[in-house]
Amino acid sequence: MRVALFLTCVNDTLFPGTGKAVVSLLRRLGCEVDFPAAQTCCGQMHLNTGYPQEGVRLARHFTEVFAGYEAVVVPSGSCAAMIREQYPKLVKPGSKGAAAVGRVVPRVHELTEFLLDVLKVEDVGAYFPHRVTYHPTCHSLRGLHLGDRPVRLLGRVRGLELVQLPGAEECCGFGGTFAMKNAAVSAAMGADKARNVLGTGAEVLCAADNSCLMHIGGTLARQKTGVRVMHIAEILAATEAGG
Amino acid sequence: MSATFLGMPGSFPNNAEKAVQNSQLRYNLRKATHTIRGRRASVVGELPDWQELRAAGKAIKDETLRHLDRYLLQLEEAVTDAGGHVHWARDAAEANRIVTDLVKATGETEVVKVKSMATQEIGLNEALAEHGIAAYETDLAELIVQLGDDFPSHILVPAIHRNRAEIREIFLDRMGDAPEGLTDEPAALTEAARLHLRERFLRSKVAISGANFMVAETGTLVVLESEGNGRMCLSLPETLISVVGIEKLVPSWRDLEVFLQLLPRSSTGERMNPYTSTWTGSAEGQEFHLVLLDNGRTGVLADEVGRQALRCIRCSACLNVCPVYERAGGHAYGSVYPGPIGAILTPQLRGMGSDLDASLPYASSLCGACFEACPVAIDIPEVLVHLRAEAPHGAAERAGMRLAGWVFGDRARLAGVQRLASRLRKLVPKRLPGPLSAWTDTRDLPDIPEEPFRDWWEREERHGRP
Repeated sequence: MRVALFLTCVNDTLFPGTGKAVVSLLRRLGCEVDFPAAQTCCGQMHLNTGYPQEGVRLARHFTEVFAGYEAVVVPSGSCAAMIREQYPKLVKPGSKGAAAVGRVVPRVHELTEFLLDVLKVEDVGAYFPHRVTYHPTCHSLRGLHLGDRPVRLLGRVRGLELVQLPGAEECCGFGGTFAMKNAAVSAAMGADKARNVLGTGAEVLCAADNSCLMHIGGTLARQKTGVRVMHIAEILAATEAGG
Repeated sequence: MSATFLGMPGSFPNNAEKAVQNSQLRYNLRKATHTIRGRRASVVGELPDWQELRAAGKAIKDETLRHLDRYLLQLEEAVTDAGGHVHWARDAAEANRIVTDLVKATGETEVVKVKSMATQEIGLNEALAEHGIAAYETDLAELIVQLGDDFPSHILVPAIHRNRAEIREIFLDRMGDAPEGLTDEPAALTEAARLHLRERFLRSKVAISGANFMVAETGTLVVLESEGNGRMCLSLPETLISVVGIEKLVPSWRDLEVFLQLLPRSSTGERMNPYTSTWTGSAEGQEFHLVLLDNGRTGVLADEVGRQALRCIRCSACLNVCPVYERAGGHAYGSVYPGPIGAILTPQLRGMGSDLDASLPYASSLCGACFEACPVAIDIPEVLVHLRAEAPHGAAERAGMRLAGWVFGDRARLAGVQRLASRLRKLVPKRLPGPLSAWTDTRDLPDIPEEPFRDWWEREERHGRP
């Protein structure tokens, strides 16, 4: 199966390791992966901060870049939710834009959805001998309704000990520009999340969204906790042979 | 006399920054919101048709709002036929004048009050005080707030920010008839309040209330409460004045079936609230006035996205699940309507002319917990984002966002910025200057990679797989 990777601007710029992991994982599962080089950003930051003009322009760009692909995989619950939930609201019903959005949106899959719903694999052949806790992230949970998909995938990783995160469904406090505009509340939420993570005794905090992990991980690192954060793709890509 | 929120200084982030450092407040809020949250979840969970009820509540409210003009006239006719008097108030000043004149006409200088958001919204107590009329709150928590010259900080639990030791002190200092040797045992505190209030109920000739619902078909008003103080206020005095927002209508008596299930379960986490009072027009021996309050509501109704906020039944479920409210507390919102619903209602009712009101649509991480909990399915994140587009933005932010939009507009520009960042990665300080310090004050920055993904990909494509 040929799939297009929409990596997202945050991953492309700051977390190339996640992109490489997605590529290696999908290839291992028999997919042919393409990275359309014209891709930039889904427009979430602009749309959610009150700049619809710029946001709509970026949404249009995304729709054009990914128009020709059968399946688009997004390793970010938040950006996938933006495309699926918000894009249809940005276009006038019956317009050309609505038709374009209507074509692309059903082909956009968050990574864990793609693995379980499209490829129908639960055991991706991964090996990761560590104690891991999983944070579901708000847009994966309440936007995309990923449910237990990520946990099912993690449950089949050999060597991995999955521990339940208390208060998992509570927001970590990232919230995009919220982290800057309401830094005090964001930090307070992050501190509570970090406390819950530490309580599990996990070595690794895992999520399907690097932006939330950047915030929680930045908090954990500032406190010198020694807990690592990892995108779920990087755990699923890991094998006994390494890589 | 409780203070008014109008003209409160500060912005949400500044108010919240102080609140998050208040350990007593954080403790109280966490404990109270998590307790109510748990209770709500268990009583909502036991109804298999909760989502259908929620959809019905939304549909009834939407239908009412679509034909609000017709239903309001129907209500006026029904109330008038039942011997009540209906007054229309365009704004807070008009509502306050109407109520003040009505109280003056009775010759009384004291009124008792049932807990009411609408009268707080318009600052009625302060307006009455200016004319020498003392308004006494009778809801226990509102009494605590009023005696303490304080602001309510939660829709359902207005004194959520106070602990019992503070309440004991407020009672001893301000209640006058508080018994000597009053302890901070909840039973002792409520008994003291009960004795204090009972005497007031018997003496007062005029009561002021709001209402949870108004039934257009029958002209009936409905108040749901827990303490029974509301019922005393509603039934004992000779004159009853109810100030109610025009969006509180439901078309028919049957519609209450839906809301009398939705509201207590969402609000106190009870299957049914202890007291539900209904009255239609003037009951025997009592004169009844209904003041229908607009105060910005018809403006909200004109906004296709924002109008869903008018479905709100003031249950406060959104407050109890909100991670931002839980840490910032109600006062930070500078409005009688705190929490997520306040963040979308206040800027719509008051406009975004002040720093505070303009900052409210940003008082959310858009986590979506409020939408999920809302019994009338108000998509609060959707309205927040909608209001953010209308909010005034600072010049620096505008320039930054425009620049980011330009960079993201083209792959070559984005790649250029990514490569520049990678080249300068060693020079990025651990603590960023200026407004960017908002990130690095509490969190480390991620390491900037040696190259962006797109460069790795391009190399790999050119030379075959590594």
